[in-house]
Amino acid sequence: MKAVHTVAAGAVAALFSGALYAQSTLDAVKSKGYVQCGVNTGLAGFSQPDSRGVWKGLDVDSCRAVAAAVFGDASKVRYTPLTAQQRFTALQSGEVDILSRNTTWTITRDTSLGLNFVGVTYYDGQGFMVPKKLNVKSARQLNGATICVQPGTTTELNLADYFRANRMSFKPVVIEKLEEVTNAYFSGRCDVFTTDVSGLVSTRGSRAPNPADHVILPEVISKEPLGPVVRHGDDRWFDVVKWSVFAMLEAEEMGLSSKNIDQNLNSANPAIQRFVGATGDFGKMLALDNRWSYNIIKQVGNYGESFEANLTPLGFERGINNLWTKGGLMYAPPVR
Amino acid sequence: MRARAAAVQLALVAAVLFVFWYFASNTAQNLEARKIASGFAFLSREAGFEIGEAPFLAYGAADSYARAILVGLINTFRVALVGIVLATVLGTLLGLARLSRNWLLAKLAAGYVELARNVPLLVQLFFIYAVITENFPGPRDALSPLPGVFLSNRGIAFPLLAPHAAYAWIGAALAAGAVLAWLLARWARRRQALTGQPFPVLSAGAALVLGLPLAVFLAAGAPLALDRPALQGFNFAGGAILTPEFATLLGGLTLYTAAFIAEIVRAGVQAVDRGQFEAAYSLGLPRRSTMRLVILPQALRVIIPPLTSQYLNLTKNSSLAVAIGYPDLVSIANTTMNQTGQAIEGIAIIMAVYLTISLSISALMNWYNRRIALKGARA
Repeated sequence: MKAVHTVAAGAVAALFSGALYAQSTLDAVKSKGYVQCGVNTGLAGFSQPDSRGVWKGLDVDSCRAVAAAVFGDASKVRYTPLTAQQRFTALQSGEVDILSRNTTWTITRDTSLGLNFVGVTYYDGQGFMVPKKLNVKSARQLNGATICVQPGTTTELNLADYFRANRMSFKPVVIEKLEEVTNAYFSGRCDVFTTDVSGLVSTRGSRAPNPADHVILPEVISKEPLGPVVRHGDDRWFDVVKWSVFAMLEAEEMGLSSKNIDQNLNSANPAIQRFVGATGDFGKMLALDNRWSYNIIKQVGNYGESFEANLTPLGFERGINNLWTKGGLMYAPPVR
Repeated sequence: MRARAAAVQLALVAAVLFVFWYFASNTAQNLEARKIASGFAFLSREAGFEIGEAPFLAYGAADSYARAILVGLINTFRVALVGIVLATVLGTLLGLARLSRNWLLAKLAAGYVELARNVPLLVQLFFIYAVITENFPGPRDALSPLPGVFLSNRGIAFPLLAPHAAYAWIGAALAAGAVLAWLLARWARRRQALTGQPFPVLSAGAALVLGLPLAVFLAAGAPLALDRPALQGFNFAGGAILTPEFATLLGGLTLYTAAFIAEIVRAGVQAVDRGQFEAAYSLGLPRRSTMRLVILPQALRVIIPPLTSQYLNLTKNSSLAVAIGYPDLVSIANTTMNQTGQAIEGIAIIMAVYLTISLSISALMNWYNRRIALKGARA
């Protein structure tokens, strides 16, 4: 019901909001004093509150980076947990400033939903998880299976595409909340759970009664580039979020981390001098403090640090999410 | 005076229309400014997602959004119609049980009513769903209480009669029997009015309605081939299956609404004055005729209006299906909204459909209410 509630609220917001959007998001964020960030309701490694109620994860770090860039304080973020179905309406209606919720970049979302994807923070693909006792070795053996899937996702569409392309049939069990849909899978209501491989690894590691009882099949059936999203038509805010994300990648490439950035404040390297704000006006160009990128790295860390802190403990490999210099796809335009 | 009243009303209507116009144009402007697509053109586009249950209307991922939404609508109707029938039967039995002179029966019914109507429906749904999916075994170790019937966490698989040419004739015989029974009842009523002679309409009618199809069935050589479900790969194939999602939603709606209907029925029967029973008995009417001719018509006048509200509630509550994954109208419309990003159109469709369903149920029940209301009384 919460889904309907948020969607209805979004529709109502669209009815009333006139003047609200004349103001740029950056000004609005600065004047309210925090970034409102839409995150997953609980996906370990990407966005999940820890035992003390502090949100942690790769997606959370994107929002913290923006807060560090805007306010010089990474903690000035408020989180709105959103289901897959609520997320776009929440962003469209202005309920959140950034949607950082393992969301796949597609042409439909980038155009007809009135959104802009700022970049990719995790290159993913869709996979299948099955209980080991079913003895399934390949997704091609899944004909006739019952499959648990979340609605309103690219996953739901790819799944139908894959089975159509391979002339197989399946029975979907479509449940909105991640917790409920994984419960349905672990209780045996479904033979298969499908989502992005990152989600499968995270779910298996954090929710399975016994992780060793479940296997992830080798087939990866789609491209799922995940990244933060902002509203269409607000280029200044788009720039701020985009470069906050890029700064984390650029820092890793330069070898700057939260541990060594203070020692590098007086570095002779001109690229590092520009990055920490000692020279150049990049902060002003973004209408931010000149130490915006220093603050991000000092308080949040570079991309590799965030990955190691959040995803490595769950068994994730860097793989294609390594830097381009190390054989991966992570490549940020130069900060200069 | 009248002119002024008319002017005030006209101004009010104009103000309401203006507010609507303002909202509509402001919305269109905002959507345009944010480059969000609008309009209903998306309905004819390919939906691209599968639906777990699509009875009566074949559906595949290659079909349009409009067809997907229609499947959702059929699923809503299916659960609401069966739910209304079951809740009415169960509610009536419970209501009468509360009035029973049997102390245990009355207290049990009272306890049930208090429990069922005071626990939120959503909680009941989660509870039933968990009981089904957590307790029943997987399809490979399914329980088989009767031959051909399998209980598992995929639902209840049961055999269906395999299609046979004679079944169409049996259906026709059933219809013919019903028409004949109706004509018989009319004739019997007229004869009783003219001569005072009663005719055993009930037993004769039942003989017609049941006997004709049975005769055809036997004449066709009693075809009883069954299409039995069998485990094939991951799931049961053949026969029919009642999914846990449908069973949960139907069970939840029935048990919850029946508690309210029980109270309505009890109130209706208690609203009939004791003197009515005594008057009927003193006229020499037997007990069954007293109930049918004197008490029930009066009780129904009290029962029907609140019962209508319960039917509407049940239908609208079926939208809680979203929580447990039954593909009803709201669930499909939600998915559609999310895939297309057109929330306003999706919400408009949901509202229009529920409004239409609710107004239809209301109209039907109001018509019935007028039929049974006291003639000459204000309706």
